[in-house]
Amino acid sequence: MTAIALRGLNIAYAGTPVVRDVTLDVAEGESFALVGESGSGKSTVLKAITGLAPEWTGSIEVLGRPAAHHPDRKLARVVQMVFQDPYGSLHPRKTVDAVLTEALAIHGIGDRDARVEAVLRDVGLDRRFRFRYPHQLSGGQRQRVAIARALVLEPRILLLDEPTSALDVSVQAEILNLLKRLRAEHRLTYLLVTHNLPVVSFMCDRVAIMNRGRVVEIAPAAALHDGEFQDSYSRQLYAASGGNSPMESAGR
Amino acid sequence: MTAPLLSVRDLRVSFPRRDGGRINVVDGLSFDLGRERLGIVGESGSGKSMTGRAILRLVRPPGRVEASRLAFEGEDLTTLSERRMRALRGARISMVMQDPRYSLNPVMTVGRQIAEALRVHTPLGRAATRARVLQMLQDVRINDPERVAAMYPHEVSGGMGQRIMIAMMLIPRPSLLIADEPTSALDVSVQAQVLGLMDSLVRGNGMGLILISHDLDLVARYCDRILVMNAGRVVETCEARRLGEATHPYTRGLLAAVPRMRETRAELPTLDRRAWEGT
Repeated sequence: MTAIALRGLNIAYAGTPVVRDVTLDVAEGESFALVGESGSGKSTVLKAITGLAPEWTGSIEVLGRPAAHHPDRKLARVVQMVFQDPYGSLHPRKTVDAVLTEALAIHGIGDRDARVEAVLRDVGLDRRFRFRYPHQLSGGQRQRVAIARALVLEPRILLLDEPTSALDVSVQAEILNLLKRLRAEHRLTYLLVTHNLPVVSFMCDRVAIMNRGRVVEIAPAAALHDGEFQDSYSRQLYAASGGNSPMESAGR
Repeated sequence: MTAPLLSVRDLRVSFPRRDGGRINVVDGLSFDLGRERLGIVGESGSGKSMTGRAILRLVRPPGRVEASRLAFEGEDLTTLSERRMRALRGARISMVMQDPRYSLNPVMTVGRQIAEALRVHTPLGRAATRARVLQMLQDVRINDPERVAAMYPHEVSGGMGQRIMIAMMLIPRPSLLIADEPTSALDVSVQAQVLGLMDSLVRGNGMGLILISHDLDLVARYCDRILVMNAGRVVETCEARRLGEATHPYTRGLLAAVPRMRETRAELPTLDRRAWEGT
């Protein structure tokens, strides 16, 4: 089954087109990456899927159902998003417990105490973190909370917008391992936005390369191993990311 | 052997703790820098940025800087008056910061800002100043210097903004440039351009460079020598091209934690943080 199907998707902000004619399918259980530089429109695609960028034309289908032009509670049960900056995406005056419980309350889900406990365990947070505020957590711990908040609703698709680019490399490794394990355990579908090609190589099955609002190429993530891209922009991005550097080839 | 450009011995930067004690965020750092490119790498909180600021004496109270030696071109920076220090900053040691959007004055044209950086240290006539500014913009590979000089910072891209910052920092012809995460706010393709440019200017003018970054690969590519910092201390010093042969477990851990372009590992090795930080 197709988890996300985009057909001829155009997205605009206040009349200015930022994404043009994007067509792609993400299969259920797949980990799919959208890569490109700032302004390429990759995050905007995620926003359109969740109804946060309402000015779109074309078609968006999530698990076979057409998406709305506004945030939709039914859709939120199956599609959740994790943002780049855990400092900005958690309410500073709500405890971890409040953040997680609220998500459950909004969707009228019972058995909250047990669910919160379980999801914290799932993302590798000790129970002593449950009643802490965001400022009492490190960057990596906050991102774990943000992932827990998305996961607590038991969605089938996670939209990940640069989930590790605000983190140190050693913390990034922990979060990437966590995301990989969660996908396997919960059979999740990932649509990951990033500018970091090695992260794609570690996390994803396929990758769409975006440039100036268009998808210029869709390739298997294995193309990152040999740099075999069709499009000249893709090759340029690959080279700029150190794809051809001798240090990489040596495998270090 | 000639005296080093910069000589640092037992540098400590401390901040007060709530219990009345002080915590050293830089804890006994020593190194000598010639006219070479030195990289300082480490994660957040390792003290790498504070090291850069301490050299320029930009650590504000209640932060405190102590060193048994902090000498630049033979001059003791710890005892220099604030006035002499101001004359030295920018003219002989310059610093490029992370994000050009926050470092440039939004209400002054690019040309005037660069001219100001020059005029403060080297008073020249108007025509001569303007010629130097346009030449400098050309040196940072801005094709249409006249047009760009008349622009305001919000009208230029991030990459061009950072090239303008570099122009501003290099126009007084300093002998040492400190660059603190100069490209982490930029896209990868622009990163390579900006670093390549900085590199060729630094080498062409025979300057010293301290490149501060969290990115091991980037530092290895653009430096001769690397200091790896953790919790305020240098855990390892090595030649940049030998980074792959680093021996300290922290350095090895950091290198291993970075995903690779040709990734085949099912799981990334993580650092045992308790061994380093106690968290």
